[in-house]
Amino acid sequence: MKLLRNLLDKQEKHFLKGGKLEKFFPLYEAVDTFLYTPASPTKAASHVRDVMDLKRMMMTVVIALLPAVLMAFYNTGLQANLGLQKMGAASSAHWQAQVIEWLGVGFDPSNILGNMLFGALYFLPVYLVTIAVGGFWEVIFAVVRKHEINEGFLVTSLLFPLILPPNIPYWQVALGISFGVVIGKEVFGGVGMNILNPALTARAFLFFAYPAEISGDKVWVAVDGLSQATALAQFADSTMEVTYSWMDAFLGFIPGSMGETSALACLIGAIILIATKVGSWKIMLSVIVGTTVTTLLLNLVGSATNPMFNMPVYWHFVIGGFAFGTVFMATDPVSATMTEKGKYVYGFFIGFLTVLVRVINPAFPEGMMLAILFMNVFAPIIDRYYINQNIKRRLARNVI
Amino acid sequence: MLEHYLSLFIKSIFIENMALAFFLGMCTFLAVSKRVETAVGLGIAVVVVQTITLPVNNLIYNYVLREGALAAIGLGSLDLTFLGLITYIGVIAAMVQILEMVLDKFVPKLYNSLGIFLPLITVNCAILGGTLFMVERDYIFAESVVFGVGSGTGFAIAIIALAGIREKMKYSNVPEGLRGLGITFITVGLMAIAFMLFSGIQL
Repeated sequence: MKLLRNLLDKQEKHFLKGGKLEKFFPLYEAVDTFLYTPASPTKAASHVRDVMDLKRMMMTVVIALLPAVLMAFYNTGLQANLGLQKMGAASSAHWQAQVIEWLGVGFDPSNILGNMLFGALYFLPVYLVTIAVGGFWEVIFAVVRKHEINEGFLVTSLLFPLILPPNIPYWQVALGISFGVVIGKEVFGGVGMNILNPALTARAFLFFAYPAEISGDKVWVAVDGLSQATALAQFADSTMEVTYSWMDAFLGFIPGSMGETSALACLIGAIILIATKVGSWKIMLSVIVGTTVTTLLLNLVGSATNPMFNMPVYWHFVIGGFAFGTVFMATDPVSATMTEKGKYVYGFFIGFLTVLVRVINPAFPEGMMLAILFMNVFAPIIDRYYINQNIKRRLARNVI
Repeated sequence: MLEHYLSLFIKSIFIENMALAFFLGMCTFLAVSKRVETAVGLGIAVVVVQTITLPVNNLIYNYVLREGALAAIGLGSLDLTFLGLITYIGVIAAMVQILEMVLDKFVPKLYNSLGIFLPLITVNCAILGGTLFMVERDYIFAESVVFGVGSGTGFAIAIIALAGIREKMKYSNVPEGLRGLGITFITVGLMAIAFMLFSGIQL
């Protein structure tokens, strides 16, 4: 560690004013502050002395995401191995499979480490592309606009691969994160000033631009030609039987986007976020309440032709992107509502819209992503309402 | 029957949102969305104008312009639909004129804050678009009332949401070249992505 510090200190002079690499100071600063606590204090107003700074907050989110990342490794590999088994194939043409063969690990779904390795070979390249391309834009904007690169990007770049299917082409990953970082965030001025969640913006862009690679039955398992419906698709289609047990869905052993399948991993993340007060429990709770109320209502209405009407609420919680979206996406402090009462309204509508889309919109099987984006759009107006209400109340209290 | 009107109402607000699904009425949408108060005022104005003009145009279309509508006075072969556009615009202009006088008399504050934009509603494509949709889809009178309220409300919701975002964006550090309209266009595009939530719902 000391070596690293010394190295950084030695290089610092090149990046300071007058140094030959002066332009790239944000890059140096980013590396320095990602690794160490910065020595320089905040310069402008307003000043709050607190250990909970942006850096620690973002790092907490990264830590809370780790269970989901581990599950992404394991489940992606597991699903691929199960898929191969189902197809009766000894191997697949993907380079990941070639590497596994070369290492002699084998394609055994019961081999936990083998699954982890196989899944990691799918997840890590997507993650690296995200970091490289997203980071490229971050650095360009930081250098040109002279602002700092901040830890928020680490969160976005970890969230984004987790909500992609394993087989997504790398150029689409690059395109998606470029859209998310540039249009979703940097044109508004960077972290803290964006309107929509950048990771979700990136995914929504890919979803509408290249639906073939990010929706349907063929993309969720990293085996070519295998049609494996997600649990949601099985529920929606009355001719299909649901082949997953609730426990499988809860633990995350179902096909889906890489990191979103495990409700358990998201639950652990939720506990970390709530215990450290980084994520708002109000939002999470109200999303769950909104989902429950809407589902019960729709259960009551019922439908003979649409089986989604009768899907019980405990299933809604564990399949699709619900858990992941509730814990990590809806609670994004920048794009969510800021007012305490507003958080209830915001969360409730996310739950409400998610169920509504799942049940009555035949175009999309899952509504979590768009429901959150939709409420992001309305978050400022909800905030405004509650702020004005507060102003009115306090004025009334101080009337002489 | 009630169900039909309810679904038409929901559809015209969200699924076929005038501003964010059809991108109609962009000029007012972008110009009057700087402050929430004004946006609310304009939203209400659009709802009112839309609710009045659509049924009026519906009656004019069905009882005067449509082919065979004048059969009762012996002009059965007459097809006046070619006069449609000019008539609808005329009706809209008249309605806006009346609304302006009413606002000036009773709510001068709103009248002042709307300023030039109230007359601009006359040429707002969302208003004329509503009428043309109504004609194209052959709505009956009751449907045109519901569609008028719904499409107006949809526009109002969209413009209020945009105004909220733009007020929040005062704290954003937008690159210089994009300040003002540029970033607003980008925001509207992102909002439209979010509104895709409803696309595909069959009611």
